[in-house]
Amino acid sequence: MFYRENGQFKTTYQSDQQIFAIPQDRWAILAIIAFAFIGIPLLVDEYLFRAILIPFLILSLAALGVNILVGYCGQITLGAGASMAVGAYAAYNFLIRINGMPALAAILLGGLVAAVAGIVFGAPSLRVRGLYLAVATLAAQFFWDWAFLRIKWFTNNASSGSVSIADINLLGWTISSPTDKYLFCLGILVVFSLAAKNLVRGSIGRQWMAIRDMDVAATVIGIRPMYAKLSAFAVSSFYIGVAGALWGFVHLGSWEPAAFSIDRSFQLLFMVIIGGMGAIAGSFFGAAFIVILPIFLNQMLALVGGWFGVEVSIALVSHVEIMVFGALIVFFLIVEPHGIARLWSTGREKLRLWPFPH
Amino acid sequence: MSFFLETLIGGLMSGMLYSLVALGFVLIYKASGVFNFAQGAMVLFAALSMARFSEWIPLWLGMDNLFMANLLAIAVSAVVMFAVAWLIERLVLRHLVNQEGATLLMATLGIGYFLDGIGQTIFGSDIYKIDVGMPKEPVMMLESVFDGGILINKEDFVAAFIAAMLVLALTIFFQKTATGRALRAVADDHQAAQSIGIPLGRIWVIVWCVAGITALVAGIIWGSKLGAQFSLATVALRAFPVVILGGLTSVPGAILGGLIIGVGEKLSEVYLGPYVGGGIEIWFAYMLALVFLLFRPQGLFGEKIIDRV
Repeated sequence: MFYRENGQFKTTYQSDQQIFAIPQDRWAILAIIAFAFIGIPLLVDEYLFRAILIPFLILSLAALGVNILVGYCGQITLGAGASMAVGAYAAYNFLIRINGMPALAAILLGGLVAAVAGIVFGAPSLRVRGLYLAVATLAAQFFWDWAFLRIKWFTNNASSGSVSIADINLLGWTISSPTDKYLFCLGILVVFSLAAKNLVRGSIGRQWMAIRDMDVAATVIGIRPMYAKLSAFAVSSFYIGVAGALWGFVHLGSWEPAAFSIDRSFQLLFMVIIGGMGAIAGSFFGAAFIVILPIFLNQMLALVGGWFGVEVSIALVSHVEIMVFGALIVFFLIVEPHGIARLWSTGREKLRLWPFPH
Repeated sequence: MSFFLETLIGGLMSGMLYSLVALGFVLIYKASGVFNFAQGAMVLFAALSMARFSEWIPLWLGMDNLFMANLLAIAVSAVVMFAVAWLIERLVLRHLVNQEGATLLMATLGIGYFLDGIGQTIFGSDIYKIDVGMPKEPVMMLESVFDGGILINKEDFVAAFIAAMLVLALTIFFQKTATGRALRAVADDHQAAQSIGIPLGRIWVIVWCVAGITALVAGIIWGSKLGAQFSLATVALRAFPVVILGGLTSVPGAILGGLIIGVGEKLSEVYLGPYVGGGIEIWFAYMLALVFLLFRPQGLFGEKIIDRV
């Protein structure tokens, strides 16, 4: 009845080492997943799918990738947008250049290519760290921006790098309606989140966290920094690359390099920091916050303008929007520097004692 | 040969302008350990304020003197930048003392968004002209040495000169004044500086003010070159490789780094660009900085990084 683990005794190692050790958590997660698969498609209209839910799912996946690198391995990256671009364009090339390539396989292969690119551009992390590394990862961002704009082979000779694909197909299921797209992304996200949750509590995840907390000390106790750092770059880029491929294939349908610009990289980093570094759930909170906030601000500003009888021009709305967005981010960082995930876990601690706090 | 020299000198001059933006980063990083992503937004904000006030002030006062109008506009913009600096310290940084680097970085990004937005809300978002009487016509030099001489843009020359003067003034300020000594003390060790009675809060305001002034100078120079417009905010992105190349904590590093990046960019664009389709200068600078970093992880003049467990 209450949220608490009194009286739940673990009698086997298996039950002690489950992902969600408390049954209430387990049931809550299962209920959320079931609701997402069954309830939401029945309740939600097309606009919500297109504008909020599909972007939310895909960007959550990307934020998950960034969180693995930034939150768990402590390597700040500003090149996440580039990884998305590599994933998207690689998947595009696999799809159109190889006859009969299944779309899902193309997406995953795109992720693999992004992982390789991530390792290459992550290599400086072995030599530099902190802010120097953050700026070094910008190199990846600008290089790939340029490459997809100028090197025609990547984009099948399309002008200005804009490419488009038809509706994709999964074992005879044509993914065309927003509901289909939503379910497809949701399926991938659930699988990848479970994998991430398991990765970060396994041996490799503990190595990442040791490197994050202090890399010299980690080296002293026998963790190979090269293996740990580069594997974090690879896994993270794989996640981000898959998200990029989904963003292109499922959400946009046709896209150009500007879809994965440096602003996207900043946005992903915002998600991780506002959501909570080093918490899987944080990626979802952050993605929800960043996806919903601009839409909410946009609606609010038109409404507020209406109250005062002022016709608010579109340019003004967009300027005030980024202004409020910036201010809110600063506000959030001041109020809760550890992110929404920390608020959530404090709330949970409180709930465990409620209603008898002593 | 003369073409090569032209490119080289062009590179050196644009490098000087990069170092101007880079200086802003270095000043703030040295004194407060904040990597200020908002520097580009500050440049944009200063340029917009300069452009608009030089347009508005003659209207308000009903005068017709371009020189006076510019002078007043510079003064007003400087006051505006001081206000911005004070507000940033008061409202944001004060509450984020002792946070992690990544959090501070994100906070300055948020400030950057805010400044972008509010600047364009107040001052408008068109392209505005800044006319401070910079000479526009190119001149020929060294005609006796080379056949045909070297074509040099006078505007770049003046800009580089102003940048050099600013650097000189900053150096004197840091080395010779009491405030400058206090700033260097804070940069060396926050706690020690605090324990001998240097007020940290005031020092940070001063540093942000100085960074605001360099942003204003950079904004005026870049703005009279390109017009005061949104793309000025991206100048900061061009200055990042300069900062990491020179070392985050070194003023001479920012200048030398700027020159290296400026020359590297121009030469690569002219001699390498045609083979790969052009437009490579933006990432070439980063690659150049990366190669340097592989050999010296702390940048050219940065403090040596010592690892201790």
